[in-house]
Amino acid sequence: MLYNEPNPLEVKVLTKRFELPNSAALETYLSTDGYQAFQKALGMTPEQIIEEVKASALRGRGGAGFPTGMKWSFVPRNSPKPKYIICNADESEPGTCKDRVLMENDPHSLIEGMMIAGRAVDSHAGYIYIRGEYRYLIEVMDKAIDEAYARGILGDNAMGSGWAFHVYTHTGAGAYECGEETALLDSIEGKRGIPRLKPPFPAVSGAWQSPTILNNVETYCAVPAIIRDGGAAFAALGTPKNGGTRLFCLSGHVNKPGVYELPMGFNLLRMIEEVGGGMRNGKKLKAVIPGGSSCPVLKADECDLAMDYDAVAKAKSMLGSGGVVIMDEDTCMVKAMLRIMRFYAHESCGWCIPCREGTTWLRKVLVRFHDGGGRKSDIDLMYDVARNMLGRTFCALGDAAAMPMMSFVEKFRDEFEAHLDGRPCPYEHAHELAAV
Amino acid sequence: MTFSPELEAKFDKFLKIYPPGRQRSAIVPMLLYAQDETGAITSELIAEIARRCGVQPLQVDETVGYYSMLHRKPLGKYHIQVCTNISCLLVGGEELYEHAKKKLGIGNKEVTSDGLFSIEEVECMGACSWAPAIQVNYDFHHEVTPEKLDKLIDDLRALHARAQ
Repeated sequence: MLYNEPNPLEVKVLTKRFELPNSAALETYLSTDGYQAFQKALGMTPEQIIEEVKASALRGRGGAGFPTGMKWSFVPRNSPKPKYIICNADESEPGTCKDRVLMENDPHSLIEGMMIAGRAVDSHAGYIYIRGEYRYLIEVMDKAIDEAYARGILGDNAMGSGWAFHVYTHTGAGAYECGEETALLDSIEGKRGIPRLKPPFPAVSGAWQSPTILNNVETYCAVPAIIRDGGAAFAALGTPKNGGTRLFCLSGHVNKPGVYELPMGFNLLRMIEEVGGGMRNGKKLKAVIPGGSSCPVLKADECDLAMDYDAVAKAKSMLGSGGVVIMDEDTCMVKAMLRIMRFYAHESCGWCIPCREGTTWLRKVLVRFHDGGGRKSDIDLMYDVARNMLGRTFCALGDAAAMPMMSFVEKFRDEFEAHLDGRPCPYEHAHELAAV
Repeated sequence: MTFSPELEAKFDKFLKIYPPGRQRSAIVPMLLYAQDETGAITSELIAEIARRCGVQPLQVDETVGYYSMLHRKPLGKYHIQVCTNISCLLVGGEELYEHAKKKLGIGNKEVTSDGLFSIEEVECMGACSWAPAIQVNYDFHHEVTPEKLDKLIDDLRALHARAQ
């Protein structure tokens, strides 16, 4: 089901079936081009499949934005080891809720995308790692997988091709860190989700020490359209090097929060106004986190911005996972940062010291600060701790905590200063007053 | 230990779907589904899963400590998980969490004396665009207000009373 009304500005490639009755059913999928891309892929060589994905300029939708076709090309196809196709459905970046609607409304597109990836590297097994909280989606995916087996789409003779491909679901049990690809691999092996040293990258030594393609749900879901209609057609929807559309998750202080599929490069201010329905209660925009809580914050005057990986990177932030968190003028940025840091301190796996200690101390200083016990020197201290975490941790979680911290201090130092000398938070009752 | 036929069937499946010799992979799914049935993770359960996966109990035990959804003590029959992370925070998630604690008279990760409810402040659950959100066990509830939460709790209480 859909949780928000669609918007006329959307360009529906991945979400084109969402409004159909029984959109998740195999019958619906088959009657709307379903599994035709896989059929086409059966007539293509692995090189041709990978070239088509490269031509689409599809970049990983989980957050890092790595070119998908290139990732696939790193897998040693002639390795005597089995190869695995793993789907990261551990969606847990704060602000992000798109993989949920993709699996719920169009589970077969994920299966088909994984099958095509399987063909590209001669793999025979795929695993979908779904976060534990998404139990109902495990049931949705299992049902879709059962349907595909019953129809001979999956199995030892996938669509009569003589090639075997199997797909299984795997449940997580609550851990943000397991969204990090190598931690996910340890987790799927039945261990604590601790990141691995890279290299070797998963393409060479991933799941069960075998070559592995590991992509996000949305990335795989884009693959059928790319193979069916051609990589160039998908690329043309976006901006150079940023192919296609993506699902943006609008949350926070807008009138119509929701998940919307828009072309890459869609202007952020326009997204807030015309897709998100503008700011709630006629308030002014203060800041936006453009791609999930790990991304540096943008001030309102930095938001006239094309939302693609390169343009957002140029603005010194990241497009990330598509979680666009919109904050109005009454938002206390110290409190927002505190909540984000509490998250990272809670989710740090503890494996490496800069992250474990850094997030914990930053949380403690922020708590003290927001409670009115802050010292002026704490502002630079927080910035310094974060700066020293950056690039010095085993995986990206430390960076994910450090980057927003540094940007909040850089861009909203005045708000930190307004909390000094035991003054109560100037925003504490702002939203209540606005409601009166 | 013996489990329901449904859970046994799931266990059989979990032990088959991973590559040969990689049955350790089934540990986390087995723990979570077993906890759903037995209420909590006990040392007896850990030993049983270790036996079935062919690993040492300690190897199972160390995973239990890592994952936030695995609990060593029973939760309430209805485990209310309130998200207060950034997207929910911006639209009243924190107030909702405070309200839930007051309404039930318990704190974080505590259980009401009748065993019916427990509360947990949780991290982002993937409902950011329909915030503030809560989960009751595995069920999502979107755009929750304190009034909606009151009604939900009252309805669950009534449901339980009728079932008695």
